[in-house]
Amino acid sequence: MTLFRVFRGTRDGGGLHDYQVAATEGMVVLDAVHTIQAEQAPDLAVRWNCKAGKCGSCSAEINGKPKLMCMTRMSDYAPDETITVTPMKAFPVIKDLVTDVSWNYEVNKRIPSFQPRAPDFPDGTWRMYQFEVERPQEFRKCIECFLCQDVCHVLRTHDKHEQFMGPAMLVRAAVYEMHPLDEADRRDYLRHEGGIGFCNITKCCTEVCPESITITDNAIIPLKERVVDANYDPLAALWRKVTGKGK
Amino acid sequence: MAASDLKSHTYDVVVIGAGGAGLRAAIEASALKAKVALVCKSLLGKAHTVMAEGGAAAALGNVMGEDNWRVHFRDTMRGGKMHNNWRMAQIHAQEAPDRINELEAWGALFDRTPDGRINQRPFGGHTYSRLAHVGDRTGLEMIRVLQDKGVHSGIDVHMECTIVKLFVVGGKVAGALGYFRETGRFVLFKTSAIVLATGGIGKAWQITSNSWEYTGDGHALAYEAGAELIDMEFVQFHPTGMVWPPSVRGILVTEGVRGEGGVLKNSTGERFMFRYMPDMFKGDYADTEAESDAWVKGDRTKNRRPPELLTRDVVAKAITKEIAEGRGTEHGGVVLDIASKQSPDYIKKKLPSMYHQFKELAHVDITKDPMEIGPTTHYVMGGVKVDAETQESTVPGLYAAGEVGGGMHGANRLGGNSLSDLLVFGRRAGQYAAGKRGAAPAIPDAEVEQAMREALEPFEHAGENPFAVQSALQAIMQRDAGIIRDKAGLENALAELEKLKGRARKVGVTGSREYNPGWHTAIDLQSLLIVSEATARAALERTESRGGHTRSDHPDPDEKQAREQIVIKKEGGRMAVRREVQPPIPADLMALIKESV
Ligand SMILES: Cc1cc2nc3c(=O)[nH]c(=O)nc-3n(C[C@H](O)[C@H](O)[C@H](O)COP(=O)(O)OP(=O)(O)OC[C@H]3O[C@@H](n4cnc5c(N)ncnc54)[C@H](O)[C@@H]3O)c2cc1C
Ligand code: SF4
Ligand code: SF4
Ligand code: FES
Repeated sequence: MTLFRVFRGTRDGGGLHDYQVAATEGMVVLDAVHTIQAEQAPDLAVRWNCKAGKCGSCSAEINGKPKLMCMTRMSDYAPDETITVTPMKAFPVIKDLVTDVSWNYEVNKRIPSFQPRAPDFPDGTWRMYQFEVERPQEFRKCIECFLCQDVCHVLRTHDKHEQFMGPAMLVRAAVYEMHPLDEADRRDYLRHEGGIGFCNITKCCTEVCPESITITDNAIIPLKERVVDANYDPLAALWRKVTGKGK
Repeated sequence: MAASDLKSHTYDVVVIGAGGAGLRAAIEASALKAKVALVCKSLLGKAHTVMAEGGAAAALGNVMGEDNWRVHFRDTMRGGKMHNNWRMAQIHAQEAPDRINELEAWGALFDRTPDGRINQRPFGGHTYSRLAHVGDRTGLEMIRVLQDKGVHSGIDVHMECTIVKLFVVGGKVAGALGYFRETGRFVLFKTSAIVLATGGIGKAWQITSNSWEYTGDGHALAYEAGAELIDMEFVQFHPTGMVWPPSVRGILVTEGVRGEGGVLKNSTGERFMFRYMPDMFKGDYADTEAESDAWVKGDRTKNRRPPELLTRDVVAKAITKEIAEGRGTEHGGVVLDIASKQSPDYIKKKLPSMYHQFKELAHVDITKDPMEIGPTTHYVMGGVKVDAETQESTVPGLYAAGEVGGGMHGANRLGGNSLSDLLVFGRRAGQYAAGKRGAAPAIPDAEVEQAMREALEPFEHAGENPFAVQSALQAIMQRDAGIIRDKAGLENALAELEKLKGRARKVGVTGSREYNPGWHTAIDLQSLLIVSEATARAALERTESRGGHTRSDHPDPDEKQAREQIVIKKEGGRMAVRREVQPPIPADLMALIKESV
């Protein structure tokens, strides 16, 4: 038997409740939560869909670490270790392990959308090469688990949701910014509304990403460089605009 | 609660379901200036479509120039064992390339060919390399592109909102009632056009690749609204699901593993698929290991495909037989091996999420060791009967697209044909639904109030745990309505389901209405019961074996039944079953199907 301590509560507060679960071979934390739900607490709220790390629904904090419950095996913990499961801290609790992540969707809506260059061929198609698509493809691996948002101190500790879009949404912007066909300019958005300057490159987000996206090095730093160039070197910015180079 | 106090919205089109089909329908309707609501049970972007791995089938001809819609049509019909709605199969094959190119215009980043086009991979049942893909996470790419396109098109998204009832007044669609998972509060959508895009029914079985959402809500909503369901006996059991450890049993192992060269072996080490070639496909597949290997190495014009790439029904049955005859592995599966066929770098590049999935969940390194796999419930070919051109059901104003729609895939779906189906028919459903806009008939308050009362029933009394009833249902369907069926088993299933209906009426839930999974499960049980009964009744009626439907007491296909459809409809409060003969396949298309390529 393993002792689980699971947060039970709502927006108005709550606390940790103890449940005993018999571990079976290969069991993941989400299985244990489901066992508790099926046998002891049918109203225990939790999100999940794929059970294979593909949908990003089951994010929570396990012994204080932001993780996907479906990809965290109980064998990663000592047999007598208590496993504590709490909701993500950077978002308001709805109930138990379910948090209100709607803010992320609001931010995404405001990121300037994809704008492709005119098609290369009269049949409306383009040519892109594998080496060109690989960079944005890394960011497209994002499963919107929001664990990086949860761990980023700007959101988690300083609550700057109004001013800073957070690493997950920077990754989203990076998909299009580094898309070989895209012509939109998101630098103004990133600098002002997106608040990219709030990121001080601590790399905590990269560490928790279950998709191993190198968020800081590959997405945020190049975006910061673009924003800086645009602001301090108007000539270079103009040159880029005219030639379409350096995008 | 009185209906007059209820929060309500009025829309031109309400799309229920936000997977590929629902998103594509909503985008189309919105482009035609309709006011559109998109409603989904989970958060946006978490629908099943996100899990699709292998790719989307479209005869782009980028890798093998010989490909065109005619060959795709032929493959689809033959894969569906000639039972498909031929017009849907034709439209699908013709329009899929445009739909894939359109995704690129909206920002999709498919893997590329050396000359910069969309790359395509081989897959079971497809004559040529045909699946546009992104590694093994094609669905994620697709849903993200559609999601971003959708939110920038002015669609209203209502997330974590479950529809429990459709209203049909004077024979026409009038609206839908739902509840928000977060608050447990009801919401009424008034509209004259509804697109069902709710996906499948796989949660009715124990071993499944499907999530909690796949309780067949759309099938059940349509049935209750008086629409007809067809082909419900045709359920696809995917040949390769994980089998060990127990907690991951059923999770999908993409067919892409075999597309990239993976081979199936039994416990004696034999590559058994060579022994299971059906007559229909003789001559299309390699008959030696040497020929298979040469094909895998890339010499695809002189060599034929490996038999592992036969259609899913054939491979799943072969695996089941190997296991039943004692040639299975320790945990009741067979072996899928790619490590001995491709280099570690290639495997990690082409199948990154499979590599990750086995490493994390089973502690198996697929670049070094073989996988243990077995069949898992995956997809339902059956669904709401629709018009091939418009996707309208037999109820005016009610449309269905994607997995919830029936007909396109016949008795067996080819891998990759679902993602393209979502786009082709999602678009059409959105287009025709937008054309239907107009004043919706008023919904009588009494009907709304009754629907709310029924949904809240489980709070009214103490009773059995809904999760227990759900697992009892899954056990029955797994045992009696699984891959291999017979009359006695199916009759038993129907008798057991009848008893479960009684238990389901008496389930009780505790706690509040806010985000209460026990309550959600109690409501979903009603849908599960309907689709399970429909599947069992249709399976009992079809006295032959064809595609995804196998009867041990009728082991052979019966050509007389090939074009007969089992139709299910609610009549006088009961589930009525009848047979209907489909229109004949036109001679020119028949010639295409018979052609050898
Ligand atoms: C693991 C896996 C891998 C697959 N790989 C492939 C592949 O490589 N190629 C391929 O072609 N196919 C593949 N498939 C099949 C394919 O992914 C699905 O058939 C397809 O995505 C279904 O899409 P859909 O739009 O019909 O429904 P879904 O994407 O499942 O969406 C259903 C939507 O309906 C909503 N919904 C359901 N009920 C209600 C309700 N009562 N009220 C409100 N909303 C509701 C859900 O919330 C969801 O948003 C795969 C399937 C799985 C499970
Ligand atoms: S690197 Fe930036 S975005 Fe990432 S956690 Fe640190 S501050 Fe936040
Ligand atoms: S970037 Fe990584 S951690 Fe952040 S939301 Fe996406 S997948 Fe999750
Ligand atoms: S359930 Fe999909 S990531 Fe965990």
